[in-house]
Formats: sequence, structure tokens, C-alpha cells
Amino acid sequence: MKNLSKIFLIAFLFISLVRGNAYASGSAESGEEKTFNPGDLIMHHILDAHEWEFAHGLAIPLPVIIYSEKGLEVFSSSHFYHSPNRTYNGYYLNHDDKIEPVDKSRKIYDISITKNVASMFISVALLLIIFISIAKSYGKRKGQAPKGLQSFFEPIIMYIRDDIGKNAIGPKYERFMPYLLTVFFFIWFNNLLGLFPGGVNLTGNIAVTFILAFFTFLVTLFSANGNYWKHIFWTPGVPLPLRIIILPIEVVGIFTKPFSLMVRLFANITAGHIIILSFLSLIFMFESFAVGFASTAFAVFMSMLELFVALLQAYVFTLLSAMYFASAVEEHHHDEAHGH
Amino acid sequence: MFNYNYIIMLNTILMEVSLSLFGAGIGAGLAAIGAALGIGRIGGSAVESIARQPQEAGKIQTAMIIAAALIEGVALFAVVVCLLIYLKGLA
Repeated sequence: MKNLSKIFLIAFLFISLVRGNAYASGSAESGEEKTFNPGDLIMHHILDAHEWEFAHGLAIPLPVIIYSEKGLEVFSSSHFYHSPNRTYNGYYLNHDDKIEPVDKSRKIYDISITKNVASMFISVALLLIIFISIAKSYGKRKGQAPKGLQSFFEPIIMYIRDDIGKNAIGPKYERFMPYLLTVFFFIWFNNLLGLFPGGVNLTGNIAVTFILAFFTFLVTLFSANGNYWKHIFWTPGVPLPLRIIILPIEVVGIFTKPFSLMVRLFANITAGHIIILSFLSLIFMFESFAVGFASTAFAVFMSMLELFVALLQAYVFTLLSAMYFASAVEEHHHDEAHGH
Repeated sequence: MFNYNYIIMLNTILMEVSLSLFGAGIGAGLAAIGAALGIGRIGGSAVESIARQPQEAGKIQTAMIIAAALIEGVALFAVVVCLLIYLKGLA
């Protein structure tokens, strides 16, 4: 027994000595040393920033807009990045790329155009251009065969209308089609734009996915009829003790369903970006040709998978939103087996 | 053997630092195993049912994709939790 506890102790000691690379990112490793830090690189690519960096040294500084008791201040973020201690005009850009006032007691509202906001503007402009032109071409080419963009998007739009809308929601599907179509193309386009080199991880920002899930939650809430609330608070067709147990579960379920939408999209897209960046970081960590070839091959394969995941996550978000809307507008059907 | 006290003290110090990383890694690995098992079963039964009724392949494929995405969502919850542990352990 004494030998076993000795072995255990030694094994524990060795295991606790295993420390990851990422621990070093807390240390002040700036300046001459420049050892490659994959944790920092990956976080830098995943998170939001005040400049849009396409390559090392090629970055577009974005406008900083701060609202405080001094009023509205707008200036370029290059003031931060070019100043040696990242301070300008009483504001300091901290390590997480967030703006803090030098005087800690002030309250500021940072409504800058950051990387994510700029990318969202671009993707919204792209969506508007594409879909307004498609809508116009239906008017121009009335009764004729579709051409160009129209012919590319028509099967997709019809698939969402038929196999997601009509299939899941039933006869009242038309009310929800604008929202479902918008959310599908918004998520799909932003997922794809994030995969470009120099692209921005917009749908991997949990605030963005929170708002999308919140919209689904609001639409479900405001289109719910009495039948929906009855099924939640007083589930029909089950014995009374079970109803008391089901009640809190269903109430929590109202909130967990959009929450899972949010986390699913966020985690899928962010995890995909982290995987690709990790494979590419391996090249810089090992600095060998063999690892270079293998890593690039894997990164290409993972990128193909990420293209598929981009479409799939948009589809799943839209489909689950449609299913939640369906349960909200479901009519009372008489069923003997149901018991009500 | 030599003085156990040194080992215990060293362990206590190192424990605060790196066991969180250890836990995060193991958690993510277990989540991957769970997701792989679940989606593997779905894929298996989907392929079987397509073999039985090839004309229903489209519907079965759709159902398979939906179920796989839901399971992957749960696995990614675990991954997000592990990420949070890792980030907390860094600070």
C-alpha cells in the first residue's frame, strides 16, 4: 500500500507539470524575443478588433466612436495603434482590444465601427444588392425563364419555402417566410465571408448569435396562440402530478430553445475557425517542410468541411426556428388518444 | 524516500495553475467521444434504412442531418464550457 501511494504521488506530480503553451500568453513576451504564440494568434483572429487586419502590416484602421459625458468623439483607431503605449486623448486600448478611459471613474459607451460591425455592413450591403436585384428581375422577366442570379437563388428560396416553411409550419407558413429567408441568407453569407482570408468571424461572435436567437424568441412569443401557452403551462393528456413536474421544465424550455440556437451557431463557427488556425499555427511552431505540407492539406480539408458547416448551420438555425414557430401557431387538434 | 512535504507543497502550487487546463482538455475530449458515438449511430441507422428503402433516401438524409446537427450542438456546449474553463485558468 505504501508503494502504491508513492507511485500515485509521483504520477500526480508529473501530470501537474504538464502545462500548455497558452499559459505563456499571460507573460510579457513582447519586443525582441518574438517566439510564436499560437494562443494569442488564434484569439486575435477570432475576436473583434478596432482595425481590420488583412496581413501582418496591412491593416485598415477603423473609426472609433465613443459617447461619454464629453459628448460624441470620433477618431481613427490608428491613433491607438501608432501610439507607443496605446493611449490617445484620455483613452487606453487594453490587451483585449477594448477601449478604457484612463480615468477609471468615467462611464463611456463604445459604439465604434469595429471589424465585426464593418463586416456586417458589407454583408448587409451584399444581401440587399443581391436580393433586391433578384426581386426586380421577377418583375422584369414576368412569365419568362429565370436568368443569372435569379436562377441561382430560386431553387434555394423555394427549398426554404417548401421543405422548411410549408413542411414544418403548415398552412400559416407565409407570415414567417420573410424572417426565415432573411435569417438563412444572413447566417449563410456571414459564415462564408468569415472563411475568406482576411475575413471576419461575425457569426462566431456570441453577441450576434444572441441577437439572432433573440429575434426567433420574440417572433415565437408574439405569434404564440392560446394553444401554445396551454401546452406549456397545463400540458393536456397527462396525469396531474406529471403536469406539476412538467410545468417548470416547459417554462425553462421557452428560454433554453433559443439559447441552444445561439450556442450551436456560435460554437460551430468559432470551433471551425480555431481548428483551421491551429493547423496553420502548427507550421509556424514546427518550422519544417513536412509539417508544412501535411498541415496545409489538413487545413484545406477542414476548410472544405467548414464550407459545408456554413450551409448546414444556416439550414439548422432556420429549420429549428421554423419548428418553434410551428409549435407556437399549432391549432388544437382533436385526438382520442391525446385525451383532450 | 525523500521528504514527502516538498512534493505535496509543489503539487499544491502547481494544482492551482494547470489542473484547469488538464480538466478543460479532458472535457473536450470526452465531448468529442460522445458526439462521435451519437452521430455514428445516427449515420449507421440512416444508411441501413436507405438500403432498405432507396426511394425514401431524400427524407432519411434530411432527418439524419437534423439529428446530427442537434447532437453536435450539445457536444459544442461542452466545448464552450471547456473554453471558458481554459480562459478562466489563464487569468
